Amino acid sequence: MKLPHQKSADPATVRMLDAAAAAGLSVAWDRQEVMEPQCGFGQLGICCRVCTMGPCRIDPFGEGPSEGVCGATAEIIAARNLVRMIASGAAAHSDHGRDIAHTLLMASENEGCDYKVKDDAKLRALARELGVPGDGKDLRRIAHAVAEIAFAQFGQQHGKVVFTSRAPQDQRRRWERAGVTPRGVDREIVEIMHRTHIGVDNDPVNIILQGVRAALADGWGGSMIATELSDVLFRSPGWVRSRANLGILDPESVNIIVHGHEPTLSEMIVAAAQDKELLALARSKGAKGINLGGICCTANEILMRHGIPLAGNFLQQELAIVTGVVEAMVVDVQCIFPALGPLAKKFHTKFISTSPKAKFPFAEHIEFQESKALEIAKRIVRAAIENFPNRKTVPCVPKESQELVAGFTAENIFTMLGGRYRPSYRPLNDAIMSGRLRGVAAVVGCNNPKHCHDYGHLTMAKELLANDVLVAVTGCSAVADAKAGLLSPEAAETYAGKGLQEICRAVGAPPVLHMGSCVDISRILVVLSNMVAEGGLGESIADLPVAGAAPEWMSEKAVSIGFYVVASGVYTVLGEPLPVQGAPKLSEFLCGGIEELFGGKFAFEADPIKAARMMIDHIDAKRAALHLPEPMYEVPYAPRAGEELVAAAT
Amino acid sequence: MKKVYFDSQKCLGCHSCEFACAVEHSASKDPRKAHLEESKPIARRNVQLVEGMCLTVACRHCDPAPCVEACIAGAMNKDAQTGEVTCDTDKCVGCWMCVMVCPFDAVKPGEIYTIKCDMCPDRDETRACVQACPTSALFEATAEEFRRIAQERKQRAGQVELKR
Repeated sequence: MKLPHQKSADPATVRMLDAAAAAGLSVAWDRQEVMEPQCGFGQLGICCRVCTMGPCRIDPFGEGPSEGVCGATAEIIAARNLVRMIASGAAAHSDHGRDIAHTLLMASENEGCDYKVKDDAKLRALARELGVPGDGKDLRRIAHAVAEIAFAQFGQQHGKVVFTSRAPQDQRRRWERAGVTPRGVDREIVEIMHRTHIGVDNDPVNIILQGVRAALADGWGGSMIATELSDVLFRSPGWVRSRANLGILDPESVNIIVHGHEPTLSEMIVAAAQDKELLALARSKGAKGINLGGICCTANEILMRHGIPLAGNFLQQELAIVTGVVEAMVVDVQCIFPALGPLAKKFHTKFISTSPKAKFPFAEHIEFQESKALEIAKRIVRAAIENFPNRKTVPCVPKESQELVAGFTAENIFTMLGGRYRPSYRPLNDAIMSGRLRGVAAVVGCNNPKHCHDYGHLTMAKELLANDVLVAVTGCSAVADAKAGLLSPEAAETYAGKGLQEICRAVGAPPVLHMGSCVDISRILVVLSNMVAEGGLGESIADLPVAGAAPEWMSEKAVSIGFYVVASGVYTVLGEPLPVQGAPKLSEFLCGGIEELFGGKFAFEADPIKAARMMIDHIDAKRAALHLPEPMYEVPYAPRAGEELVAAAT
Repeated sequence: MKKVYFDSQKCLGCHSCEFACAVEHSASKDPRKAHLEESKPIARRNVQLVEGMCLTVACRHCDPAPCVEACIAGAMNKDAQTGEVTCDTDKCVGCWMCVMVCPFDAVKPGEIYTIKCDMCPDRDETRACVQACPTSALFEATAEEFRRIAQERKQRAGQVELKR
């Protein structure tokens, strides 16, 4: 059995795990332990449940069956299973985008709608990009036209998803050549389901290419629409200070936690929590006020736009309830444990589900409707306040919480570097070209109880920083770094190499840039495209000295993200291997052959230090190919000699 | 007697043996119905993770068998001819001495009497777990055959090392 400190690198989590164990409660880590050993066929990806001639399993040792009843080999089965994960992941992100597009459409049609366009400038910029006359006075008409175009991306049958035109030309050509330019978001997902039906696509690489196509429709379609239209509706994020970790919960206030993904709900809860009448009600119940905190990506959304503190990441959702001071856990969609229902029953916490798409055992369902958004949000907040006097257990709130700075976007990131007067990507490109900055890395993704919670994210980020690699983070990885203080500008003094330190000092930025929720990885795609457009670092994203990683990933969304990032030209290291290792040729393709097509590839490495060094090797190889100098200052992990780098890169 | 042996290098931890064992000891013997039966069928096998390796554990019909030696009621017997360790349910008083002394944790306390691998008495041929194993990690062999297989593997491993 693992000890608490082996389960998590976060002291608040360790404390709460002790508390949970003392109270005899089982949480995700415990359930994971009971699940051991987990089925090797599933881990290797060679179990097929596509039709009822099966289930079929391939014996990886070669003595039992080497093909399914239909004749599908391990390669075919693993490829089919994998792209079905992409379909689900892309569907999740894209349905989120669709909901936001729908909300914008509603806001544009109905003046009395609780949602309003809050970012005129972003709307006008988007309108220009989409070919809508963006200079008209009637903002609602522009919003309507933009929303219709965004909405149409989902059902589009031909042509290409509109935001793919943001990618560098070279990258778009690669997609054309491979035949994977996404046509419409829904179409690509449907085609995955068709192709993986019994007896349709049985060429592993051809199957994977459709997966790539759907993933691109996610990254450059669904996710990007979600990000862009959220900015229009709820305002583009700006730099904000806030705090992170379970210590933000206040035993003397009404604590409401929003958990899930879509900002349509959390934005309204934020508004309702500031309602004077409700604040007065809270005080009348003996509470100091209403304290809002977030978990998972919805937390990142309201942090970026309102500075609402982060209560924790994915694996802390149960622990938040265990503190005994959460009046309501309000959830919408994605990454919400069904275990929360039975757990909340043991405390006074109201577990409130809001989405018609996501109902949970033992949850109180207060259905959220965009047309009555504020009213329903107030109802939810009121329910939480009225629950304040019902606390059953002695509060057990860990003291840990850390300062952070968040709110970086593709648009504002370089106002920070270039100043308001001359916002430009030039300073970033120059820093990389001079060697002051070795490169840029994105560390993203979930938590997974198979890995020590947060350890992968933190260790990897620190190793990258020490080697003068600027780190961009989103999602649960961002929350992990926030809790460890890596998102504060002071972190540069402790963790960053000399070159990165100079930059952080000059502009006052933290060395790790929080770029939002998991759909906001689309922001990183835009940043990369802008870096290529700025010039000096090659012709395509594949030429840039950048790398990506998801050290603790677990969800199907992460698979979709991995694929659109790789297909956009980025070398990506995963802490948990994709479930394809029972298909050696397919693994080889994903970690090698796919690079010839798109310029990016996967690598699997569980050790975060090793993984970080693989990323740095890749960055160095790209620097060498661009004839850029060695890092300006001495770095702990020095660049390897030319031939070694080439060997490492191939 | 042919015993069920286990090759830890081939086990993928899929729990198929556990499942098949429970079904074999159900009333219906139907994998789709067994889990619905009033008294839930109990597997005599258990897949565990030991030091990063999957092990499927069931009665090994030891010789000498500690459970037989410990049984105060004389219910546990080792068949002199087949070597099989059986529990005479008429004699078993449920004192669970056998459960306590089993070095493999392969004997379970049932509701009334001891539950352990009974070598699938309703089957003529291959045992349920062996048949269910998709990687042949479980296989039937006599002690003699097993020794030979193990010896061969040792030699092969030695050769590989020599080649390196």
